[in-house]
Amino acid sequence: MAPILDIKNLYKNYGPVEILKDINVAIEPGDFLVLVGPSGCGKSTLLNCIAGLEPITDGTIHIGGRDMTHVSPKDRDIAMVFQSYALYPTMSVAKNITFGMKVRGVDAATQERKLQEVAGQLQIEQLLHRRPGQLSGGQRQRVAMGRALVRDPKLFLFDEPLSNLDAKLRVEMRTEIKKLHQNLGATMVYVTHDQIEAMTLATKIVVLKGGIVQQIGSPAEIYNRPANLFVADFMGSPAMNLIPARAKPNGTGTQIEISRDGEAPLVLTDTQAPDLPEDVILGLRPEDIAEAGFRAGESVQKAECLIEMVEPAGADTFVVSHLGGKQVTARLHAETSAQSGKTLPLAFDLSKVSYFAPESGDRLN
Amino acid sequence: MTDLVINPTQSRPWGKILLRALLFALLGLFALFYLMPLFVMVTTSLKSLEEIRTGSLIAFPREITFEAWRTAWSGACTGIQCEGLRPYFWNSVVLAIPAVLISTVVGALNGYVIAQWRFRGANLIFSLLLFGCFIPFQVVLLPMARMLGLMGLAGTIPGLIFVHVIYGIGFTTLFFRNYYVTIPQELVKAAKVDGAGFFRIFWSIFLPLSLPIIVVTVIWQFTQIWNDFLFGVSFSQAGTQPVTVALNNIVNSTTGVKEYNVDMAAAIIAALPTLLVYVVAGKYFIRGLTAGSVKG
Amino acid sequence: MTEWLERHIPKMVLAPSFIAILVFVYGFIAWTAWVSLTRSKLLPKYEIKGFIQYDRLFDSPRWDTAMGNLFIFGTLFIVTSMVLGLLLAILLDQKVRTEGVLRTIYLYPMALSMIVTGTAWKWIMNPGLGIENMVRGWGFENFSFDWVINPDRAIYAVVIAGVWQASGFVMALFLAGLRSVDGEIIKAAQVDGIPSYRIYSAIIIPSMAPIFLSAFIVLAHLAIKSFDLVIALTGGGPGYATDLPATYMYAMAFSRGDIGQAASSAMVMMAVVFAIIVPYLYSELRVKKHD
Repeated sequence: MAPILDIKNLYKNYGPVEILKDINVAIEPGDFLVLVGPSGCGKSTLLNCIAGLEPITDGTIHIGGRDMTHVSPKDRDIAMVFQSYALYPTMSVAKNITFGMKVRGVDAATQERKLQEVAGQLQIEQLLHRRPGQLSGGQRQRVAMGRALVRDPKLFLFDEPLSNLDAKLRVEMRTEIKKLHQNLGATMVYVTHDQIEAMTLATKIVVLKGGIVQQIGSPAEIYNRPANLFVADFMGSPAMNLIPARAKPNGTGTQIEISRDGEAPLVLTDTQAPDLPEDVILGLRPEDIAEAGFRAGESVQKAECLIEMVEPAGADTFVVSHLGGKQVTARLHAETSAQSGKTLPLAFDLSKVSYFAPESGDRLN
Repeated sequence: MTDLVINPTQSRPWGKILLRALLFALLGLFALFYLMPLFVMVTTSLKSLEEIRTGSLIAFPREITFEAWRTAWSGACTGIQCEGLRPYFWNSVVLAIPAVLISTVVGALNGYVIAQWRFRGANLIFSLLLFGCFIPFQVVLLPMARMLGLMGLAGTIPGLIFVHVIYGIGFTTLFFRNYYVTIPQELVKAAKVDGAGFFRIFWSIFLPLSLPIIVVTVIWQFTQIWNDFLFGVSFSQAGTQPVTVALNNIVNSTTGVKEYNVDMAAAIIAALPTLLVYVVAGKYFIRGLTAGSVKG
Repeated sequence: MTEWLERHIPKMVLAPSFIAILVFVYGFIAWTAWVSLTRSKLLPKYEIKGFIQYDRLFDSPRWDTAMGNLFIFGTLFIVTSMVLGLLLAILLDQKVRTEGVLRTIYLYPMALSMIVTGTAWKWIMNPGLGIENMVRGWGFENFSFDWVINPDRAIYAVVIAGVWQASGFVMALFLAGLRSVDGEIIKAAQVDGIPSYRIYSAIIIPSMAPIFLSAFIVLAHLAIKSFDLVIALTGGGPGYATDLPATYMYAMAFSRGDIGQAASSAMVMMAVVFAIIVPYLYSELRVKKHD
């Protein structure tokens, strides 16, 4: 299948400042692409470039196989949902939703039919005659989505649409957007700084930092095999443990030595490790460090560790230890017997391990 | 809002009452100070010259006569002509209405561009416009007089309209720009994606939002233009003078007996339109004043 | 083509105003500056002769009077209006039930033309029939109030009328400022047992510094441009006693036919305005950039 959105070698400068550098992304129809990164990484600018709201400095943007690089937003066959919802304050909900069709000269009967269709879909029939000012945050969000849905575009663009909602509503709306995506089979591009939103919604994630793509991949790829230290640290909560270590090849595999304050270093043996330089950063997700006895396998290594803190979080209990000069978090069962100030045998699952070069931050395995 | 009241302690009711009394006495005295000239103008305009000469400044008229008003409106001399204020009053009306409308429309469009369609250099243009609000107009009087002559507009009402529009744009742009800058930029983006263009977005989305600032701007411009004297006296001639210039001519005409009652009636007539606006829409008048001075 | 049009419409909408301001403000200032360096009399000449007009200006006793008057008038007008405006604002801030009415009364002079104000006060201060006559009628036979016709006092008469017109506006500015002070700070001070007058003098008034600055700028600007008020109240007289730079400029331009003098005096006026306005605008625009 031809990509429905194809961005090639996109550059965007504001004067001398490079905002986006050599962006290359393509998605298939039905994809849910999430652009994620810390604030100021250029993700919203990229979305605005796709929409045509910002001119680009270099490169091309194809939508639905057509070169849209210099086409104005209205002719790109896109719809967009904004962070502030951007509802037209003096128009009723119905007028907000039909404004785009009215501007395009769609006949009144079609407008009405589509309005009712979308209103039904989003359950906002009873709000159609209200003004945006009379709606709650969640209702405004629905109207903003309705305005996009009614257009039935090739591409839906979402600019941090949930960031103005409270935590509970955000989770609800997240589910709803996911449902919508599945039911409509629509193609969506979604900007967020919330990595959980990214993981739950996306079929494909682009991680951006400083205007440069760090990694493109499925949520599982990004989570399990982060391309560099930045992605490893940014995606996942609690963050991946990144522990400085020394690698020494021996007969059967590689010995990974992690220094400890006032104790003998912790030594793990990885039989599957690639060729590693001496200094490495070892990355392990908290769930890949378990209580010994709960995890077994040939790549699981056990060691006694001093527990500094125990944080029960309901379903899980997090324990914090100190390894290689870093705080290391492990995700244990809720019923764990771990106590702060005491040692506990922990199991390190090296089948899930990531190695990074300390200088460049790049992934080594 | 603060809950602050000059109020020593609850336990000294007498002190409190005394302070309150003092407060109201002061406020009342100041009210008299501000009202006195208006009161004197009205009572003087209703007296006969005879009564003015013999009576006290602040006495009520013994016998109310509207003779002075009639003279001021249609008979007082502004020099050699003795047609009263009427023709000049209409000059001001004919001058103010188009000047207010044009400068408001231009200011609205300018403010819309500067606040919502930023492009490189737009801020520089805004700074240049803002600066234009502050120049003492004396510095443009001479070249403008020549320019109006070159354009064939010297001494005409269209010439005065032109001058008021040009030097009003700075303020009207400032008003609209400061209003539109508070509207999120995403609104324009959403409308662009919806397929609307520059004017459609202005017409369908921004204009319906703009009623308060339109009222503020129209009132401000009307007050400025109606009350203007400098441009009026510099760029008009005998038949095209605005009402302020005519009023000054009536008051300072040296021929004949000084008719103070006519002067006062004429002054009230010249002041009535702006006073009326102030009474009807004082809230917007104040908003314009403060917006015009506290540059946002 | 339509693409191009679409992209450039905003610029095209702004262009006429931009050109108009460029020509009619900046171009005209340049013209006046140029002419102020020539020997122009009744008609402008364009041959530059140096600073002779400015030499003449600064040698002229009438201009001296005008600048002196501007200083006296400006200082008294600004200080009195500010003090009165602040006093009125604080008095009105005491939860006065009739605040709306009083505010309307204090502010209405701002809606009047300076010509109307001048006319009214000219009559009130008329020595024969105005206040002087009235007070004498009360039995104070020796009372004298002849400021409008007394060359040494006339400029103070202009101050009275000016303050009457502008102080209500200063009140409105300050009242808005008082109301915008964070209520929690005041509550905290009240809980700490700080007396009301100290709350005003130590907390509220210092926090209104930007409003003082705004009021000062507006009043200074009004003072320098004052023209109509003097024309209507004293006509610049008696003699040249109440001449201000604005009336001097007008007289040179339109009755004396001395365009060179008119231009140079206008340039000096602009220099005075800019000396006050430029630092203010500069700081305003800088602050905005930091946002």
